[in-house]
Amino acid sequence: MNGETPISIRNLSVYYGDLQVLRDVNLDIPARKITVIIGPSGCGKTTLLKSLNRLLDNAEGVRVRGQVVLDGENIYAPRTEVTRIRKKMGLLSQKPQVLPMSIYGNVAYGPSIHGLRSKKDLDQRVEHYLRVAGLWDEVKDRLREPASLLSVGQQQRLCLARGLAVEPEIILGDEPTSALDPQSSQNVERRLLELKQDYTVVVVTHILRQARRIADYLAFLYLGELVEHGPAADLFANPKDPRTRAYLTGEIS
Amino acid sequence: MNAAAIERIGQRKRTDLFFRVLATGSAAIVFVSLLLILGTILWKSVPALSLSMLTQTPKGGFYLGKEGGILNAIVGSLELAFGATVLALFLSLPLVLYLNNYKGPRSKTAVWTRFFLDVLWGVPSIVYGAFGFVVMLALGLRASLLAGMLTVALLEFPIMCRAIDEVMRLVPLELKEASASLGATRFETALKVMVRQSAPGILTGILLAFGRGIGDAASVLFTAGFTDRIPTSLADPAATLPLAIFFQLGTPFPEVQQRAYASAAVLTLIILIISLAGRAMSRKATRHVIK
Repeated sequence: MNGETPISIRNLSVYYGDLQVLRDVNLDIPARKITVIIGPSGCGKTTLLKSLNRLLDNAEGVRVRGQVVLDGENIYAPRTEVTRIRKKMGLLSQKPQVLPMSIYGNVAYGPSIHGLRSKKDLDQRVEHYLRVAGLWDEVKDRLREPASLLSVGQQQRLCLARGLAVEPEIILGDEPTSALDPQSSQNVERRLLELKQDYTVVVVTHILRQARRIADYLAFLYLGELVEHGPAADLFANPKDPRTRAYLTGEIS
Repeated sequence: MNAAAIERIGQRKRTDLFFRVLATGSAAIVFVSLLLILGTILWKSVPALSLSMLTQTPKGGFYLGKEGGILNAIVGSLELAFGATVLALFLSLPLVLYLNNYKGPRSKTAVWTRFFLDVLWGVPSIVYGAFGFVVMLALGLRASLLAGMLTVALLEFPIMCRAIDEVMRLVPLELKEASASLGATRFETALKVMVRQSAPGILTGILLAFGRGIGDAASVLFTAGFTDRIPTSLADPAATLPLAIFFQLGTPFPEVQQRAYASAAVLTLIILIISLAGRAMSRKATRHVIK
């Protein structure tokens, strides 16, 4: 790992057809901290997050310019192995997307495609990460049941366990609590705060109070432009840009 | 409320009633015609239905015979339709996965492929039969189980593709992304996530194609031939139930015509059993589907 900044975003611009969604974004994401990207809906937060593990590749008509340097390697370089990049990051989406298989199958999916075959190792891996995600006690007797039977909050923690099971270095969260009830949200936030001991966490949210609760480092994105970024405490106390101030005080949203 | 407003409500209620009667009427027609078809087939086949129909090959002069059974056509039809359906599945699944996982919804290739499949769906089966026959002659093959299978597979292919395609298109992008974000390749996502998510639809597509394949007479007329023996290899000609019905019904002998209805009853029964089995499997496959 490259010291303190596992991810460096350099002059990143993203276009959807003719529409420019991200404008020349530069950002260094600190290791083993929670970086929160805030900003109003439609400002490019999700696009920025998805550009970090090249999920934008799957969308039609998207062009990316600039670099995202992960552990010293530009992931947009022509010969980059995209599955290896993605293996380094676990993703939590807005609405939890469990895979059409059992609870066990969801967590075992990643490790098994990456070559973990032995039943014993898989069992161990599944149990370990279900515990880390705080779900083990709720599901240990029903591992073979369809994952879709879980509550939405449980599904999001299952997605967390599933993402962690491929043993990534980074956890990406795209408004990971927006579909959850307050208790489940709190549960997921608590997991993220625990996980920053070992992982670099990047979370996108439009909930300011959530940003205040969990952010170590804060980046404010407005209309595709990275307006301001810095340690969360500083930015909340002393926003320099008038737009950041307006957003933090609720004048714009 | 004034009189005009009341009159308007009355008018709207009458329109509503009219369409309700229309809808009920259509449903009734479907139901009654199905019962009539089944009733006619069963009624007319009663004199000929016997265990020997199911367990023996024809005796007493090819399909004009009044003895023995239609085991040759039952076995032939089942082998041919199963073979063709498996072949069609091996063609359809990769194509549909390609359209839905490797090509975006607006891709030109995908749009044109779907258009051609729709055209192929509409091609009459006798045309497939004629095409199969030409290819057969060009390759120097004779009418055989294999030639029949290939032709019927071609007939089933567009049906299966479009049926599976319609459900595959409903697989949410987020689900594919979830799999991709774990480091899965497109192929792994296709095979392990998309196929599972659309499993019930895939089964329906297979059933639809199988039903069309086993019930079709025109495509096998020249390609599979007809025989009173049970085929022992892919190179043997094979009898099929639709052709048995066609030939038996065309004879001037009432006893043989009754046997045609018995053949029809057997064919219908096979389709019924396959459909029910398919539905049971489909229910099971729905267990893991994400809604």
